[in-house]
Amino acid sequence: MSVKTWIRDDVAPEQRTWEQFYRNRWQYDKVVRSTHGVNCTGGCTWNIHVKDGIVTWEMQGLDYPMLEHGLPPYEPRGCQRGISYSWYLYSPLRVKYPYARGALVDLWESARQQYDDPVEAWESLVTNPESRKRWQKARGKGGFRRASWDTVLEIMAAANIHTAKTHGPDRIAGFSPIPAMSMISYAGGARMLQLMGGLALSFYDWYCDLPTASPEAWGEQTDVHESADWYNAKMLAVMGSNLNMTRTPDCHFAAESRHNGTKMYVFAPDFNQVAKYADEWMPINAGQDGAWWMAANHVILKEFHHEKQTPYFIEYGKQYTDGPLLVELHKDEDHYEAGQLLRANRLEQYADQENGDWKFLMWDEEEKTTKMPMGSVGYRHAEEKGKWNLLLKDGLTGSEIKPALTLLDSHDGEALVRFDDFGEGVSTTRSVPTKRIATPDGEVLVTTVYDLLMAQYGVPRGLSGEYPEDYNDTEKAYTPAWSEKYTGLSRDNVIKFAREWATTAEHTNGKCIIIIGAGINHWYHGNLMYRAGIQALMFCGCVGVNGGGLAHYVGQEKLAPGESWGAIAFGKDWYAPSRLQNAPSWHYVNTDQWRYEKSFTDYHTVPPNQPEGSVATGHTMDVQVRSVRNGWMPFYPQFNKNPIDLANEAAAATGSEEEEDVVNYVVDQLKKKELKFSVEDPDAEENWPRVWYIWRGNALMSSSKGHEYFLKHYLGTHNNQISDDTFAKDTVDEVVWHDKAPEGKMDLVVDLNFRMDTSALYSDIVLPAATWYEKADLNSTDLHSFIHPLSQAVPPCWESKSDWEIFKQIAKKFSELAEKHFPDPVPDIVATPLAHDTPAEIAQPAIKDWINGEIEAIPGKTMPGLKVVHRDYKNLYKQYISLGPLVRESGIGAHGTRYDVDDFYDEMLVTGTTQNWGGMTYPSIEDDEDTCNAILRLASVTNGELAYRSYKNMEEKVGLPLADLVEKSRDFRVSYKDLQAQPRRFVNSPMWSGLVTDGRAYSPFTYNVEKLVPWRTLTGRQHFYLDHPGYIQLGEHVPTYKPKPLPSQYADIHFTNEEAKSMMLNYLTPHGKWHIHSTYGDNHRMTTLSRGVEPFWMNDHDAAEIGIEDNDWVEVYNDHGVVVTRSCVSARIPRGVCIQYHSPERTYSVPKSPLRGNRRAGGHNSLTRTRLKPNFLMGGYGQFTFHFNYWGPIGSNRDTHVLVRKLPELKW
Amino acid sequence: MDIRSQISMVFHLDKCIGCHTCSIACKNIWTDRKGTEYMWWNNVETKPGGGYPTQWEDQEKYQGGWTNENDKLRLKSTGKGRIVANIFHNPHQPTMDDYYEPWTYKYEDLFNAPEGDDQPTAMPISMVTGEYIDIEAGPNWDDDLGGSPVYAEHDYNLNGLTDEQRAQLFAIERLVFFYFPRICNHCLNPACVASCPSGALHKRGEDGIVLLDQNRCRGWRSCIAACPYKKTYYNWQTGKSEKCILCFPRVESGQAPACFHSCVGRIRYLGVLLYDADMIDEMARKPDEELVDAQRDMIMDPHDPRIIAAARANGIADDVIKSAQRSPVYKYVKEWGLALPPHIEYRTMPMLFYVPPMLPVVSSMDGDSVKSMAEGIFPDFDKARLPMEFLGNLLAGKNTSKVRYALKKEMAVRHYRRALTVGDIDMEVAQKLLVEADSSVEEAEEIYKLTSLCTFDQRFVIPPAHREEAIQMTRDPLEFKQSVGFGFREDPSRGA
Repeated sequence: MSVKTWIRDDVAPEQRTWEQFYRNRWQYDKVVRSTHGVNCTGGCTWNIHVKDGIVTWEMQGLDYPMLEHGLPPYEPRGCQRGISYSWYLYSPLRVKYPYARGALVDLWESARQQYDDPVEAWESLVTNPESRKRWQKARGKGGFRRASWDTVLEIMAAANIHTAKTHGPDRIAGFSPIPAMSMISYAGGARMLQLMGGLALSFYDWYCDLPTASPEAWGEQTDVHESADWYNAKMLAVMGSNLNMTRTPDCHFAAESRHNGTKMYVFAPDFNQVAKYADEWMPINAGQDGAWWMAANHVILKEFHHEKQTPYFIEYGKQYTDGPLLVELHKDEDHYEAGQLLRANRLEQYADQENGDWKFLMWDEEEKTTKMPMGSVGYRHAEEKGKWNLLLKDGLTGSEIKPALTLLDSHDGEALVRFDDFGEGVSTTRSVPTKRIATPDGEVLVTTVYDLLMAQYGVPRGLSGEYPEDYNDTEKAYTPAWSEKYTGLSRDNVIKFAREWATTAEHTNGKCIIIIGAGINHWYHGNLMYRAGIQALMFCGCVGVNGGGLAHYVGQEKLAPGESWGAIAFGKDWYAPSRLQNAPSWHYVNTDQWRYEKSFTDYHTVPPNQPEGSVATGHTMDVQVRSVRNGWMPFYPQFNKNPIDLANEAAAATGSEEEEDVVNYVVDQLKKKELKFSVEDPDAEENWPRVWYIWRGNALMSSSKGHEYFLKHYLGTHNNQISDDTFAKDTVDEVVWHDKAPEGKMDLVVDLNFRMDTSALYSDIVLPAATWYEKADLNSTDLHSFIHPLSQAVPPCWESKSDWEIFKQIAKKFSELAEKHFPDPVPDIVATPLAHDTPAEIAQPAIKDWINGEIEAIPGKTMPGLKVVHRDYKNLYKQYISLGPLVRESGIGAHGTRYDVDDFYDEMLVTGTTQNWGGMTYPSIEDDEDTCNAILRLASVTNGELAYRSYKNMEEKVGLPLADLVEKSRDFRVSYKDLQAQPRRFVNSPMWSGLVTDGRAYSPFTYNVEKLVPWRTLTGRQHFYLDHPGYIQLGEHVPTYKPKPLPSQYADIHFTNEEAKSMMLNYLTPHGKWHIHSTYGDNHRMTTLSRGVEPFWMNDHDAAEIGIEDNDWVEVYNDHGVVVTRSCVSARIPRGVCIQYHSPERTYSVPKSPLRGNRRAGGHNSLTRTRLKPNFLMGGYGQFTFHFNYWGPIGSNRDTHVLVRKLPELKW
Repeated sequence: MDIRSQISMVFHLDKCIGCHTCSIACKNIWTDRKGTEYMWWNNVETKPGGGYPTQWEDQEKYQGGWTNENDKLRLKSTGKGRIVANIFHNPHQPTMDDYYEPWTYKYEDLFNAPEGDDQPTAMPISMVTGEYIDIEAGPNWDDDLGGSPVYAEHDYNLNGLTDEQRAQLFAIERLVFFYFPRICNHCLNPACVASCPSGALHKRGEDGIVLLDQNRCRGWRSCIAACPYKKTYYNWQTGKSEKCILCFPRVESGQAPACFHSCVGRIRYLGVLLYDADMIDEMARKPDEELVDAQRDMIMDPHDPRIIAAARANGIADDVIKSAQRSPVYKYVKEWGLALPPHIEYRTMPMLFYVPPMLPVVSSMDGDSVKSMAEGIFPDFDKARLPMEFLGNLLAGKNTSKVRYALKKEMAVRHYRRALTVGDIDMEVAQKLLVEADSSVEEAEEIYKLTSLCTFDQRFVIPPAHREEAIQMTRDPLEFKQSVGFGFREDPSRGA
């Protein structure tokens, strides 16, 4: 037989007609552009194929506009998860109709027979402990009943009215994460709640994705490179970020940059997916990346800053960092302590400076004198405009400054300063060069930030003190040899790495990128690890250049058209201020997790001999209470009284409805302790949150660190935690103690969902949400610079509706019921924390508590701000669908920018649909698409004219030309339909720190570096040094290494008995391959390509030791709860750690747990609980000032330990 | 000389993310039906690993591909005389255990469970029986070294490695894996076609796509045994076998196959190769280590006037020849020698080629610390974590020099680009490395661009299909235009 015979040409063409079988399949009727509104930061453009009216499959769109020459294109974007989405639409997991818990429906129906008024019916149910308990204990246990939209809308509206009336609207909460992924859907719920006076819970910090080191160093939530800019880097250090897993559509830029000569290091304890690309894989011990960077910085400083003073690095440090600023040293017995930055007004010549407490000093190495550089926060919030910039000029005299980074060449003395080595638990003293500065109050001793760093990093420069001998000194922090004991990596490697790093930066002016993420940020001390890495970037001039900087990717925080979206989402077009709650504090307090731990210093190492009133002692809950009282962090409910009643009470008591009188009354009541903050007694019934809306997220599973505590204290249903809720009893001071912790605080939990996930399963009402192929919405991300639409490929299936539509319906019913219950507008007193980007950044130069009489109680300065808002509940629905007048009157902005939009608002009245009521006409935002267009029209990134105005506004503050950045695109406009036609790239805007002109890849802080606009920090510069008094107390004023909490200190296994053949492991929950958090994980494609469950990955030797083989069922347990899943035994996991990828559902394939009485086992968060690091509770001081999702404690959970054993018996 | 046109593929393994988007793109469109659940026309394997179906590379077990017996090619599974003898029972068929039993969950229980004293959960059920299933296998079970002591440690390509190499491969010093995406290789010497008793399999003349006729197939399953890559599958619903069709309906309309289109790692290339079909038989009989070169020898220069003339003589259209001249596959395979065929020792002459991955450098234990053994900016490819023999077994008929050649060139290109863009490597040194790697500055630039900057149109150079000519053979194209799509859709059924 000739091998050629099977090559069939055209010998029998009719025989090939069968090919139509497959050709018929590849046919479709319509293709629609959409994307996935999921929390992955992908923001990929997809073509949704519709055939016979059914969505059949999705394929990636390929039509991204190209960026500049020499960069790989973005096409295609979209991963294995996204491409499996169409399964959900018609799957048996789809929520097609409204569902309600049967027990609640029965009670509701009988109550409605008794009460004609739904609000009275609801009241009868929730005030009866027995009936309330009835549906609470049924939560999560089946018994759903299909309900009509009318019924569920009535229940929700009645619950809202009742709660607002009885307890206060600040007991109605909403949680929806990461608006950028589907911003209109987020805005729906947020808007309804804000108009009502309810609260929005933050997400970025709660997910532990907020890299607190970013606000610490830069005053910026996060700003990062679009992924194309990785390609510009010449050295990539990837750590705590598994690009294949989490940056699937972007990963190619890293791979491709290697072929362009880029070197790539990967740091990971396990051989993870991205390690395959590494030139060198560094199997670093889990959570020890900080030690690596501290040692790398030691080498960089020694070789590239001291022995050789690399000109680019030195000049960069002078202009863009706080390195040259002067720090006060205080004598303490035989040594000195580093203190705060020396304030300008301490010097005679600057004594009269406006905001002189908030301006700082440098030593001019040529003129040999002190100078006061411009650009600090004191200039930002001054009456005198135009000096908030980074020109090296004195703010008073205008003279040039030649800053001395170090005083080594011009010092008039040396001082032995104490430094802490927290790893070894010892203090050392090292000399720094000093100067004596004359002030009217006498001489002060100063050094520079840079000199303090040299000493802290242990760089020997011929000064006295306990400096290391050389790199091989294993005892003295932070030498390469020192780092070995933490990192498990050879000193030779860190030396080689540091040299390659700095050499690359030297040759390329800073083209080194750290790609970093959850694998590091989720540790309790994640900020320190980040900060050490950030300093390596700052030392080598890598920040603010293309191809250089910190690329932190976790949590899709970049909502590009932020100004107009924020106005709509938080109802700022109708009312100010909004109620924005940092979720970590809220959950820590309200789920009573604080009751299960003692002093944070049990696991958090701080310097010895803390001063009186230090924030570095005691219980986290005490710092939390202090934080709220002093206005550092928000907390809702605000007070132990209904804020509406309180406003009415104030008016009655003072005989005045004037805001000032009402506020004074409230302050007075607080001072007299007649009125209390809810946070001071969170377990008292009057302080419970009552109604909770969850949408677009899985608040009860994926993100609920301490899931079982949520089940217990929020839901009042069965749970598997066995810890002791009186653990904190003798440790807390600032909080009222109840011996019995309340269970079941929530009256009603509502979930909007397209699938039956864990949150839906445990909610009282489940509402059918439209999928991402069934609604109009917008999507943006930090991984690229395009804005995407979500579109209707098919109408919302079955009885589902878009989120915007659902909340509109709830608002409508609410307004109907309000006709009777709130016929007139009501006053609502709103407490707000001191806010970033406002003059509150210069409110509190020192920590002083008004409650102790240390300082006057002044709202908005020494305590929360207080405002009275008059809510018009009857017209809430009309407000919801109308773009309100405040945007027209006051303009909009974000991140400290502002611009007018009145002409565009008026244009919308002419060209668009309108709402007419109460004698006024408003642009309509009734439909999803209207809202998309309103956002696009009024945002600076999608309307070049508004970007221009915003730059013009910034020019006044900065005093330098900026508007040229958008001159070329001043006529840029984009509509929803434009986005459906092709992805559009946004334009430069002062809201963001990167520049995108002419296809340039977005790199953060290039705006600051090139246009000399200050960072939004205390000094306006990038911060090495954090001189907040709290940071000094915590020993984190200088970059440092702190040891991981030990399992015994962390008390995860305090009450748990270790079963035979168990092993203790550090429990890691990184992002996984087959899901985006919990979405897709339950999807048929993903379960098939994985193992049908989210398995428990462990090392093969560890497994053998306790008799576990691959795919055995295992039981994983600690005080917090239990997980039962299959093992996945692999050599790629190091010994002593285990991985369960975030985040499995407990809704499928979860057996029962013998260790917990054969109850259904939980999900990954059944084994966690959260701890708040107290540093992040500080406020009212430079970059340490609250902003929603921007500054505040984060929900860390990675230091958790668990026990694992082979499951003795499989039970379903 | 018999010049033929073949659509061929290159997968750049160095860029592969292992995301499996390709697999799902394919599944969504082609194998989401009853009877096809377990078919993964495109799958992605972790190497080292067992693959899908389990241990498919082990032809001792499966008897796929060809052997050279006395300078004659013979199908291992069914020598010519044995096709009929084995027609009702082929002893080397993979069984359900080698694949997996498809499953889903009783999701309905989450909605319908009555109120009880504990939380309901959706239990796993078999898609074959509808009963509860204990899930013990899947199409990607050992992904990312999952179950490495059971699967990775028995990778077929570890044959010939020393015990020490094997042990270290699963210790921190050498631990490594990479991804290996697979589709039908649309071979020049396809065993599946040769084995079919019904003549249902054929290789399309115009583009070389190997198809399985859904009318003629009788479900004998000889192809399943014969294909050494296990890329034909039996549809238990229709009683016919099916395989990757290289998305011919898409290719015919100028679109890349779905798995190519969706490749978010941008690792895939597709283009025409012109080859001399007269050489197949001779070349397929060469010794193992000569097979890579033999296959390359059959691939002809599309710029050579003699080849162009011969192609024209065979009816290959001018625009197809032009397409061949732009083919990225030609560059990777023939011009640059960077892309290598999988298990060419099976002698089916696969027309899918792989660029070997550059993997991290080995380490050693330095006391309690791990020490990476790199010297210089980029590690020596001979010190990569995976022994060269492994890649030789997988991609070069054990001829490791072919792998080394490719890796050396890849690395030289990196050095050159670094010298150019950073300057901490001396340009003279970089150019010397290029010469040593049998390359040049000009070639390095080309390799760099096609590897890193490639656009969709550069990765996929799809030849025009000239469907009008194919249609004309059976119908008037105008009439076809007017009536295409009218009629009733019918599933192929047994006995059609």
